[in-house]
Amino acid sequence: MRNSASRSRIAGWGRIFAPGRERRSENLERDSSGAVLCRGFGRSYGDSSLPPPGQPEVLATPPADRILAFDPATGLLRAEAGLSLREINRLFLPRGWFTPVTPGTHFVSLGGMVASDVHGKNHHRAGCFGEHVMALRMRLADGRLVECGPDREAELFWATVGGMGLTGHILEVEVPLTRVPSPWIEAESERIPNIESFIEALKTAGRDWPFTVGWIDCLSRGRAMGRGILIRGRFADPAGVPAKSPRQRRRLSVPCVCPGWLLSRWSVRLFNTLYYHGHPRRVRRRTVSPETFFYPLDRIEHWNRLYGPRGFSQFQCVLPESGGAAAARSFLELLTGRGGASFLCVIKDCGEQGRGTLSFPLRGISIALDIAVTSGTQQLIDALNERVIELGGRVYLTKDAFTRPEHFARMEPRLERFLELRRKYDAAGSIRSAQSVRLFGDPA
Amino acid sequence: MKTVLFGATRGIGRQLARQMAERGDRLFLLGRDRHELEKSAADLKARDPGGRTVGFSDCDLEHPESFSPALSAADENLSGFDSVILSAAIFATPEQLDGDPSLAQRLLEVNFTHTILFCEQARKLLLERGGGGLCVFSSVAGDRARKPTSLYGATKAGLTHYLENLDLRFRKQGLVTLCVKPGFVKTGMTEGLDVPPFAGEPDKVAADVLEAMDRGRASVYTPWIWRWIMAVITHLPRFVMRRLSF
Repeated sequence: MRNSASRSRIAGWGRIFAPGRERRSENLERDSSGAVLCRGFGRSYGDSSLPPPGQPEVLATPPADRILAFDPATGLLRAEAGLSLREINRLFLPRGWFTPVTPGTHFVSLGGMVASDVHGKNHHRAGCFGEHVMALRMRLADGRLVECGPDREAELFWATVGGMGLTGHILEVEVPLTRVPSPWIEAESERIPNIESFIEALKTAGRDWPFTVGWIDCLSRGRAMGRGILIRGRFADPAGVPAKSPRQRRRLSVPCVCPGWLLSRWSVRLFNTLYYHGHPRRVRRRTVSPETFFYPLDRIEHWNRLYGPRGFSQFQCVLPESGGAAAARSFLELLTGRGGASFLCVIKDCGEQGRGTLSFPLRGISIALDIAVTSGTQQLIDALNERVIELGGRVYLTKDAFTRPEHFARMEPRLERFLELRRKYDAAGSIRSAQSVRLFGDPA
Repeated sequence: MKTVLFGATRGIGRQLARQMAERGDRLFLLGRDRHELEKSAADLKARDPGGRTVGFSDCDLEHPESFSPALSAADENLSGFDSVILSAAIFATPEQLDGDPSLAQRLLEVNFTHTILFCEQARKLLLERGGGGLCVFSSVAGDRARKPTSLYGATKAGLTHYLENLDLRFRKQGLVTLCVKPGFVKTGMTEGLDVPPFAGEPDKVAADVLEAMDRGRASVYTPWIWRWIMAVITHLPRFVMRRLSF
């Protein structure tokens, strides 16, 4: 029974493995001193939660998951950083409370939600998660314990919101939950014929609906380019929904790593076509559980094994509103032209840029696609990034594993400011990740 | 149930306390780190559907003189408890024990002598009021000597023996003693060790323990497969055990 750090491997959700191991901590206050990086559930796709090559142990926060305070009058929740969103929903949704912002999976930790400054289907209304956070308790690189928030140590706080865990270790998070009228979602979905109509439809839906998202078939070309299904929803009125809270659904599982050819251009095309034409022509209305609405893929355990032994990467960018539908079309044309087959790609309209120094979204259209790793992936992502730079957009670090540092610097005028703040709170650069080594030139 | 939990700030004990809080049981925590007790009490309060405050008191397995005041505080707070759960213990590998002679002394005292002294006080209190539940965490390591379990296994073997004795003597008088034998469970106690096959998750293990308590069982292996693993191991001849390294 000896440590086997030399043999063990670690990966983000994209299953691109690197040497490293987790040290699980029930007590972050004790264990965070001297840690190189904290990692939650490892749901960021690329290398943001991986250790730098020279220091291969990350501190895994999920065992540190206690609720430290909950006020049933206001919904204010304070908890240790490893508490999962799944647990928050399980406990508080039946009591009429929901997180102000949720990403597309509930297997995330509170600390990770802050570090990625996650956004959701309600970004056009609610902004990112960090906009709602009232306070953080942090362990800084020099060992100090600091309480920060929008009203105290604000500079540190906003650098930490979306700061990928690089400004200090997040130990506790305080955030108010939102009252919801029932634990059910009233959802509508409809077919949209092309990208231009899609962007219009997202805008229109956003006026009346708090939650909107689109799934697009990014193999369709020409007039049908960017066709797909628009989904909109809101928490349902208690009249007309089941009195009981939804039950947790049984989970399916991908039992082993699939062969790499499974998700070929042809199988993806077939799936996308069936998905599009499988939806009725009329608007479909349903009452569904929040689990079904927000976390459809969480139902399938290990779905990341579908992409084969080499793993996959997700590419998510946001293109500014000024570029209009033409920008989105130009991006999709490049993608289909290069043969980038993605298994359903997600499109979302974003609201104003948040206050987090490196927070991802800005007003415009966000597009996210999965890319199975092949020998051509680096060139494909380079080309996509060059197009994103031309269009004035940027990429989401939480999804990224391939962006080159010079590309990131060109998309991100805020980077200098972020690095300056990092130097202020961690002059020696002792907190870092595989991603910060790759993108920010940290020592390995 | 009105339950005193010793060792519920961490690991399996933490999960067990949560499941009890969520179903509305009244709880009282014992432990040696006040700061940790405060945090766990807050966590349990938030999970209790009635939002009731959970009390706690200092109690340290290294200091047997702390047992009696702690149990009195629990009794007062719960106005008479009816069950006691002890999940605190120390684990150390043979290498760690060889490197630190004082650790061996501590481990033997905490896991065996003081654990039993605590149980003696708890069972007397419970018997005075006509019985109740006493749930104590032993280990599969107490079923058969294996190379890596060393002194830890020896203390757990002794503890298992003691708990069986309690069950034989006092079940008729209403004291239901449960000896919990977890296999390898992924908790802070086993952090850093190589994870073997059939390792358990603390929440699932806690659910097994709670079910065994509710059913009044005398012993429970968890995860369940360890019952069969140990059945094989206890029947292996000694020359085989000498060669095995697990």
